[in-house]
Amino acid sequence: MSNAEIDRQWTTRLRRRVEGKLPPEKVLPDTQPSYVASWIYVFGVATLASLGVVIFTGCVLALRGPQWWHGSQYGHFVNSLHLWSVEIFFFTMVIHLWGKFAMAAWRGGRTLTWMTGVVTFLASIATAFTGYASQSNFDSQWITTQAKDGINATGAGAYFNVLNLGQMLMWHIVLLPIAAVVLTALHVILVRIKGVVPPFEDDVKPAAQKVAVGE
Amino acid sequence: MATILSFAAIFPLNTLGHYIHWHWFYISVANLTVIILMIVTFVAALLLPFPGRRRRKENQ
Repeated sequence: MSNAEIDRQWTTRLRRRVEGKLPPEKVLPDTQPSYVASWIYVFGVATLASLGVVIFTGCVLALRGPQWWHGSQYGHFVNSLHLWSVEIFFFTMVIHLWGKFAMAAWRGGRTLTWMTGVVTFLASIATAFTGYASQSNFDSQWITTQAKDGINATGAGAYFNVLNLGQMLMWHIVLLPIAAVVLTALHVILVRIKGVVPPFEDDVKPAAQKVAVGE
Repeated sequence: MATILSFAAIFPLNTLGHYIHWHWFYISVANLTVIILMIVTFVAALLLPFPGRRRRKENQ
């Protein structure tokens, strides 16, 4: 096979494109600009860490099932871990959102980074709401009987029936987590490609001093 | 188990929630507490020095 033929292959072109946009030193960088040494930059990775705990505890709950999480001590414990990691997830994500809004983090060609964050936030809210509907207890019965009127008022009730436990559970543990995780991965990749948004004054100055990530 | 029971005594979770109602403003105490905590954390994140920042400045 000639070099010209190899160059024409879609695998070769895709690999070169990915390598150009996201070389290994950008995927796992050794340094970050000095302005990243602030607590406000911690909340993005805190959101990621809590998402990891949410997914892990959710997998354990899925393995053992509702009788376990309602009727045993360990089930209650993992159920509580799932709830509180979601609380921390939203807590840190909202502070991350406030911080990035104040920095106008969509500057410098970062529109797609901002928009994937917005859509991830919306997908996460939908995941949390379907979680309330999937508890399989009196709380979820109350919540879904109240929610059905709101959903029916939008006209979506024929397709999205909150009183259908099976449908809500599938949205909660399959469709929406896939959407949230894929969007989060895309968001992180875009942050790696474009870099962390600089402070306003650094937009017009030369590049800021770099500091090692692990310091 | 004893620890869990003592926590349950401090934070009774099996009761009706408390709400603050002032004209049009209506919110549960739990939600208001979380919002205040988020604002406090946000301001603290902006103001508190990050560990090692001074050392980096000295090294520059």
